[in-house]
Amino acid sequence: MTLKPPAEPEVEPKMNWASFYTVISGVNRHSTGIGRIWLSVLFIFRILVLVVAAETVWGDEKSGFTCNTQQPGCESVCYDHFFPISHIRLWALQLILVSTPALLVAMHVAHRRHIDKRICKLSGKTSPKDLELIKTQKMKITGALWWTYVISLAFRILFEVTFMYLFYMIYPGYKMIRLVKCDSYPCPNTVDCFVSRPTEKTVFTVFMLAVSGLCILLNIAEVVFLVAKAYTKHLSKTGDATIGDWLRHKL
Amino acid sequence: MMSWPALYTQLVGANRHSTSLGKIWLSVLFIFRVMVLMVAAESVWGDEQADFTCNTLQPGCENVCYDQFFPVSHIRLWCLQLLFVSTPTLLIAMHVAYRNHRDKKRLLQASRRAAFLSSKSQLEQEEELESLKKRKLPIAGSFWWTYAFSILCRLLFEGGFMYVLYVLYDGFRMPRLVRCDQWPCPNLVDCFVSRPTEKTVFTVFMATASSLCMVLNMAELTYLIAKSIQNTLWRESTEIEQ
Repeated sequence: MTLKPPAEPEVEPKMNWASFYTVISGVNRHSTGIGRIWLSVLFIFRILVLVVAAETVWGDEKSGFTCNTQQPGCESVCYDHFFPISHIRLWALQLILVSTPALLVAMHVAHRRHIDKRICKLSGKTSPKDLELIKTQKMKITGALWWTYVISLAFRILFEVTFMYLFYMIYPGYKMIRLVKCDSYPCPNTVDCFVSRPTEKTVFTVFMLAVSGLCILLNIAEVVFLVAKAYTKHLSKTGDATIGDWLRHKL
Repeated sequence: MMSWPALYTQLVGANRHSTSLGKIWLSVLFIFRVMVLMVAAESVWGDEQADFTCNTLQPGCENVCYDQFFPVSHIRLWCLQLLFVSTPTLLIAMHVAYRNHRDKKRLLQASRRAAFLSSKSQLEQEEELESLKKRKLPIAGSFWWTYAFSILCRLLFEGGFMYVLYVLYDGFRMPRLVRCDQWPCPNLVDCFVSRPTEKTVFTVFMATASSLCMVLNMAELTYLIAKSIQNTLWRESTEIEQ
């Protein structure tokens, strides 16, 4: 039996999710109320659950995967055949990709601030107080920023749905099976292989799936809210009653 | 202790003087490469030697075969690549620090002279020093050359490491089975790699992110050269007018 090196302290990965949190939560100030709820759900029910619970459940996924054979290499090959990519890695990638569109909004806000600063300098107001005001004021989600925000929401929904579909393709039914039968070389015949903690894994898969669905609903609600807000603003400004006119104005 | 977040703080400081493409490059580097490396890739490669099994009981055979097929682990190559690729940005930080130091000296000398002639208050001097620290250096003159050189170094390191990875592992695919007959293995033994598919997925992902970073660097270099040519032509045309 080979000696395994002592487990790395959990500080480094948590530190990275924590630094990721500081980067992403900076965007929070320019989000709508629903956007802030989405961010809290993301961090509490997905990232935190992933780090403190799910990673320990899947921790022994390979060492606990046992096949009814003594043929060396058979377990390795069967594990690779049935688990091409682990749930944990898929969730980590999903969370990273789903959080990134928010940075588009952050970049747009930074760009707008830069332009406002330039305008301020040109008009002669160069006191540090004015510049501080520009830095701290909350941007209104109008004009080009509205489009950036809606596009970022669309990308979020797209990434969420894509990963849910990927999950379904790789692991049909979202259920973790207890027993898999495998006959890849070098297994001598069809061997029984047993997955470790199948029920606990199913529970967590269903939980993460439910929270992912909730996040999709929140994103859709946010899109609907933004569209409705922009439409009512347009109505109160021009008195046009048709959606056609509003769309023509927006586009 | 030196760690990825500490490197991030260093680089973000130099980021203020970058172009927008440079800022996008830094975000891509840290989110799609360093973060993915730390939270996902390291656990995939965690058991690479422990779970490398050979179909033999001969002691030492597994060690020798693992060493033959995996001279340097992917994780270590990526860590080195990320460190080397981040370092040219420190050249920029050093140049900015040097410029700030030189300008501060000049400002202090000038203010000492001015203090004799007029009553410039201490507060005004401090405000000027602060604004000197906070200003963004325009990318012109010797700073342009430092910046362009740093981008060139980044490109070279990215390309170099990707080439090394490609040559060492014969492509970006991780084989499931390798055949090995190094001493002390008694004959040609089958050795099985752990999690080959997951490793292939992550190798392709990291290669894609690396290519994206190279594209961003090339775009930034092109933008800098174009802007410099444009500035030179504009200056020449105004000189001709005069």
